[in-house]
This record gives sequence, C-alpha cells and structure tokens, in this order.
Amino acid sequence: MNKLINFFKSFLLLELLKGMSVTGKYFFARHITVEYPEEKTPQSFRFRGLHAQRRYPNGEERCIGCKLCEAVCPALAIKIEVAERADGSRRTTQYDIDLTKCIFCGFCEESCPVDAIVETRVYEYHGEKRGDLYYTKEMLLAVGDKHEEQIAKDRAADAKYR
Amino acid sequence: MMELLQTLQLLGQDLLGPAWLPVWTAVKIMIIILPIMGGVAYLTLAERKVLGFMQIRPGPNRVGYWGLLQPVADGLKLLTKEFIIPNGSNKFLFVAAPVLALTPALAAWAVVPFDDGMILADVNAGLLYLLAMTSLGVYGIIIAGWASNSKYAFLGALRSAAQIVSYELAMGFALVCVLLAAQSMNLGEIVRGQSHGTGMLGWYWIPLFPMFVVYFIAGVAETNRAPFDLAEGESEIVAGFHVEYSGMGFAIFFLAEYANMILIAAMTSVMFLGGWLNPFHGWPVLGAMTDAIPGLIWMLGKMSAMLFIFLWFRATFPRYRYDQLMRLGWKVFIPLTLIWVVVVAAWMQTPYWLW
Repeated sequence: MNKLINFFKSFLLLELLKGMSVTGKYFFARHITVEYPEEKTPQSFRFRGLHAQRRYPNGEERCIGCKLCEAVCPALAIKIEVAERADGSRRTTQYDIDLTKCIFCGFCEESCPVDAIVETRVYEYHGEKRGDLYYTKEMLLAVGDKHEEQIAKDRAADAKYR
Repeated sequence: MMELLQTLQLLGQDLLGPAWLPVWTAVKIMIIILPIMGGVAYLTLAERKVLGFMQIRPGPNRVGYWGLLQPVADGLKLLTKEFIIPNGSNKFLFVAAPVLALTPALAAWAVVPFDDGMILADVNAGLLYLLAMTSLGVYGIIIAGWASNSKYAFLGALRSAAQIVSYELAMGFALVCVLLAAQSMNLGEIVRGQSHGTGMLGWYWIPLFPMFVVYFIAGVAETNRAPFDLAEGESEIVAGFHVEYSGMGFAIFFLAEYANMILIAAMTSVMFLGGWLNPFHGWPVLGAMTDAIPGLIWMLGKMSAMLFIFLWFRATFPRYRYDQLMRLGWKVFIPLTLIWVVVVAAWMQTPYWLW
C-alpha cells in the first residue's frame, strides 16, 4: 500500500511542484543585493580601514615616537625613525606604513598611548603602482587632517566601551 | 500586418513576375528568422534575470536601463573574440558543426503557425517535418564533439546524442497522441482541431494532460537544458561538446540551443495550448473582452509562458545523474506514452470524446 502511495506521489510530480513553488515564491521576494557604488552597507565606528595620523586641536602632531606600534605590529608593516626636534620634544622623522603588508588588525591603534595612529572608515583607496600603497608620515597626516571630524566622533562613540 | 504583407506581395508580383516567388519566400524567411534571433538574444537576458530573481538578486543591471543592452554587449564581445581552431581537430568538420547545429533549429520554424494562415510552409506532414528537423540537430553536436578531438567534448557529445535519441521516442509517442486527437499532421489543422470547445477547455492539454507533461519534459531533455544538461555538465566535463569552441563558433551553438528552446515552447503551445487561439473564447465576460486580441499575441504569450517554465526548471532542479536520466526516458516515459496512445485511441471510439 505504501509502495502504491509512493508510486502515485512520484508520478504526480508532487515534490517537483513543491520545489518549484519555493523558487516561485523567491521570484517575488525582495532582492538582498547591495548595489555597491550606489548603496553601501552600514559601518561600525570600530571599522578598521585606511590609517591616519592625528593632530591636537592646536595643530601639533600627536605622535611622540614611542615605537609601541612598531613593536606590536604583527606584520612588521610600520617603520619609525625618531629624533629630537629644535624645541627639545621627541618626534618622528620617519613614520611609514606599508599597506601591502598591513593586515588591519588594529593593534597599532590600541597600543598608541596618545591616540596618534588610528584606523579610519576609509576603505575606497587604491594604488596604481606597488609604491603607491607605501604611506609616509606626510600622507598619513594628510589623511588624518581630511577625516579628523569623523575620527574624533568615532573615538568618542567607542570611548565608553574602553 | 497581414494586409500589409498581402499588398506587398501583389506589388511584387506586378514588378518581378515569376522571379518574385523566391524573393518573396526569402523575405518571409527573414521576417521569421530575425525576430527569432532577437528573441534568442533577449531570452539569454531573461534567463539571467529570472535566475537572479529566484536567487533573490537583481541579475544583470549595469548595461543599459535594467540591463536591457546586456545581450548586445555579449554579442559584440563574442563577435570580436578569436575563433580558435585546435591543432588536432578535423578542421572542416570543426567549422561545419556549429552550422549543422543551427540550421535545423532555424529550418524547423518553417512549419510553425504563428496565427491563422501566418505560416511559411503550410505542409500536410508538418509534424513529421518538425520531428525530422529537431532530430537532425544532434548531428551538429556529435560532429562538434568528434571534430574537436578532445575527450571532454567527445564525452559530452556522446551523452548528448544518447539523451536526445532516447527522449525523441517519448516525444514522438506524445505527438502520436496529438496526431490521433487532431486526425491531421498539419500544424494549422491541429490548432483548428482545438477550437471546438469553449476557450482553453477545448485544447488538447486536458485530454492529453500526461502527454503534455511528458512532451514538455522530453523537450527540456531534447534541448539539453537543466535539469537534463548532462551534455554540458559544467562540474564534470567543463562544457561538453563545445569546450573547444570560442568566439562566434560558441555563439552559434548558443544560438542553436536557445532557438531550439523557443521552438519547443512554440510546439508545446501549438500541440497542447491551442496555438493562436484565445483561451477565453466563448466565456461569459472575458471572452468578449479578449476576442479582439490578435492570435499572434496569444501565440507569443503562450510561448513566453513555456519559456518561463524552462527557466524556472533551471532555477529549481539539480542535474540528473546519467542512469536516472536514462531510466526516466526508457522506463517511465516510453511505457507511459505507449499506454496513453492506447487510452486515447480507445477513448476516441466512445461517445465521451469531447474534443
């Protein structure tokens, strides 16, 4: 008897129709595709994108050349040289991040005692030559100047969880 | 449309005399072929759109509004690509195979009636001609597989040939039922035979429902479409019989496959869904409202619906295993169709045959 029921079940193509009803239902479902250049997914304030060097409001760069970030960097992407400036303060003469080496772990940002090196929300950047992704101190400071408002807002939002 | 063609024909007869007939036929062929080519191009877009929608994504939408220029872009890309002829191949057959695949796919359209009288060759053996032409398509595939001198292509061609030959039988028997019901092999007569009942109740899909299903599934298998696309089998044999083809050669195989798909859709509409007939003819309110719509529109609408089901199948079903495919063809479809031939023949002898 069971055999007979199964025979008719398969003969009436019931399972195939069930499958088709599933795909048929999805035909009218809302697309979940994010059409990238026009639409973007929401970002967290902890997003780890392109690096930036920050300044204090008076224009003085924050970095004091303690080399903690260089020491913690697991990919050895950071290179720092330090010298004494004319006013006697300790400053970096060279601060390079090789973005082709960087793994965007965020350790540099976490280790920084003065919040100088940060990772911004910027992820739409590119290099046309290999060297283009080797960011020097000037480039990092420029990124920081450009996005300072957003960076400060993200740090403030994250502060209460630290 | 018809009046325009008729005045054009009279004008041509005055102008060219007896030489007009071949010219006129060529014109009519063009009138059929060009829309089919356009239909093929946009069927590829429709396929990608439908598959996309069923997978909750929008499908191609970058080239032109709503992706409407995508087929043009694809066509241009294929046209500008190099047509590579492999060193070890049989060069003549390698070039001839795509043509052999495409020609029967297009030639079969000669006997398809688009509207009452809108038919290129109103031959009485139309059904036989259609069967013959769709069977010829397998030569293109076999020759392509053999001439490529490649193992994947050869395997694909063998699979495809075996599959087409086995499903041809079931398809033929399903058509025998239609032939019995219509008592004619002329496709126009078959459609007219379905006009006796009220609207869609008079069509053959009701008395021949199992044959309708079998015919459509066999048609899917015949055109090597999913879930019967073992001949292509992307995951096992790369692309089957056309692995070695590039550029225009590949495009022609593509064209042939899709032209065959449209042909199967057209044949299903003619045999089982009343061709150009209005499905609501003779119904209380709907009948009067829809009778003004020309038959061509109904025919195209039915074809589109069938093509949508083709795409729906592809979005839903996983590929058959080879032995399952053969089992379905030989052990399910052929006995079923044979039984139904007898049932229909006996049914027609009783007074309960209403069609």
